[in-house]
Amino acid sequence: MTEKIGGRLIKFGDNVNTDVIIPGRYLVSIDPQELAKHAFEPMGTEVQKRLWSSQVVVGGKNFGCGSAREQAASCLIGCGIKAVVAKSFSRVFFRNCINTGLPAVECSEAAEAALDGGELWIDLEQGMVEVQGESFSFASYPESLKQILEAGGLIPYLAKYVLPQQEALKRHTPELSRR
Amino acid sequence: MGKAFAEKVLARAAGLSDVRPGEIVDVYPDLYMSHMASWRCIRTLEKMGTDKLYDPERIAMVMDHISPARIAKTADDQRLCREFAVRKGINKFYDVEAGIAHVVLMEAGHIRPGMVVIGTDSHSTIYGALGALGTGVGFSEITAAWVTGKLWMKVPESIKVIIEGPLARGTSSKDVMLKLIGDLTADGATYCSVEFHGSYVERLSISDRMTLCNLAMELGAKNAFVRPDEITRSYLGERGVPPGQYTEIHPDPDPVYVKSVTIDGRSLVPQIACPHTVDNVKPIDQVAGTKVNQVFVGSCANAKYEDLVEAARILKGRKIAPGVRLLVSPASKEIVARTVKDGTYSILLEAGALITNPGCSACAGDGGVMADGEVTLSTANRNFQGRMGSYNAEIYLGSPAVAAATAVRGVITDPREFL
Repeated sequence: MTEKIGGRLIKFGDNVNTDVIIPGRYLVSIDPQELAKHAFEPMGTEVQKRLWSSQVVVGGKNFGCGSAREQAASCLIGCGIKAVVAKSFSRVFFRNCINTGLPAVECSEAAEAALDGGELWIDLEQGMVEVQGESFSFASYPESLKQILEAGGLIPYLAKYVLPQQEALKRHTPELSRR
Repeated sequence: MGKAFAEKVLARAAGLSDVRPGEIVDVYPDLYMSHMASWRCIRTLEKMGTDKLYDPERIAMVMDHISPARIAKTADDQRLCREFAVRKGINKFYDVEAGIAHVVLMEAGHIRPGMVVIGTDSHSTIYGALGALGTGVGFSEITAAWVTGKLWMKVPESIKVIIEGPLARGTSSKDVMLKLIGDLTADGATYCSVEFHGSYVERLSISDRMTLCNLAMELGAKNAFVRPDEITRSYLGERGVPPGQYTEIHPDPDPVYVKSVTIDGRSLVPQIACPHTVDNVKPIDQVAGTKVNQVFVGSCANAKYEDLVEAARILKGRKIAPGVRLLVSPASKEIVARTVKDGTYSILLEAGALITNPGCSACAGDGGVMADGEVTLSTANRNFQGRMGSYNAEIYLGSPAVAAATAVRGVITDPREFL
């Protein structure tokens, strides 16, 4: 993960909730592309158009508050968003980002400095955000979360690392597999 | 220094002797709840290429949020869940007639003190009402738990909320929580475990404890907690769960709390959360008189038996205002049965209520939606823009008593005028 991720940013305020990010009526789908069409729909088509041409979402404090819907993260992936940077996140939204492979970076200074429509770049390995010609550091992820992000989310991570081990364990301990 | 509830229960579920706030640990939850999201879990499981479940007895599925199905796609999703439950021997499966997942599982005796419960719903904090740690997660995490039995959790810091009672006339657990959310704001407890203490909580019914713990989510809490006591034991006993079937976990006498907040319920007045955030809270006199088109008594926060009885107390012998819709959605089938039996159901009907089947109903946008420019006074836990129909409609939140008084007058009304 030495490459920087980022690009054009779209900036929102404090307490952006999940019902605004993806309204409940669209949760019948789990397809990120389909969900992307309705991301931020309550804010109107102008906001949506700018979202679709952005690579980074910047939020204020408590970004993603509200429901546990995982689609609040996956709809952003469908929009082509590479990372979310905010002053702070609601806990379920943060988990859903990591678990769907979308980097969520808590960096108050960067979120403050970011200007709507400007550019923002993140170096996950170094724990740095570059925005408006300034660099800001953020606390890097614990190793366990880093592995999930690198695998592209929780399910790919399990399929790649955890399930093969469980299978191997079962092959060597037949009494376990009979339970 | 002693340990708070969350540290003790997570250490237990992680198989560790000691955990500290901030530490990330692998926890083995005792129950994994999934609601409408269950079909997404099953599809994710298929994608993982496995069908081996860690422990089917820890899986609970409730077909709420959309019940019954309104479109063929949902009917198909629900069929997938039904068939999966039979195929995999999932005994804790509740179909579309049962009601709201949280309330259904608590009534069925599946939630017990000392448990760690994860759910595909943010209001899983409600399980703290029975002394369990409940917290919301995404559907991928539930699927992961189905297969591996575990998930990562950060050990939260704890906040102590002391509520002194008895409450002032015309107020309830809902008003306590709206006041607290207004004071602390929507991220006042982010990532924290919220413990409720104080003279008010000690004598409180499980129904009111559910309201406290449910709404703690709107402070950003990871979980909420009320110390189990005789009231808890008797609630569980009535549901066929004797004390021998669980181990209570209590906080130590001297834990470290990051924050301690006191609310004096004796001087409380009815509170209203105004559009479009739950922390936009005002005392009722500042919004009284606001015209409403619809009143909704529903949701896992306030559609329990006691809530419907409270609304009926004001609605008895009265009619709702002309042109106003009063939608009542009981939280569970059991609640419907109780209100039918004791006459509460008839009182609501005669007052002019539309009583729906049990379920999430209008709180999940499942019926009872609003047109452009309309206003609803709701007993639910969220008033986000677009949650009940049009993006150009408004939701105010209040207690069941406020809802009933408002339905009678057609404008937001202080329930003390009827008491």
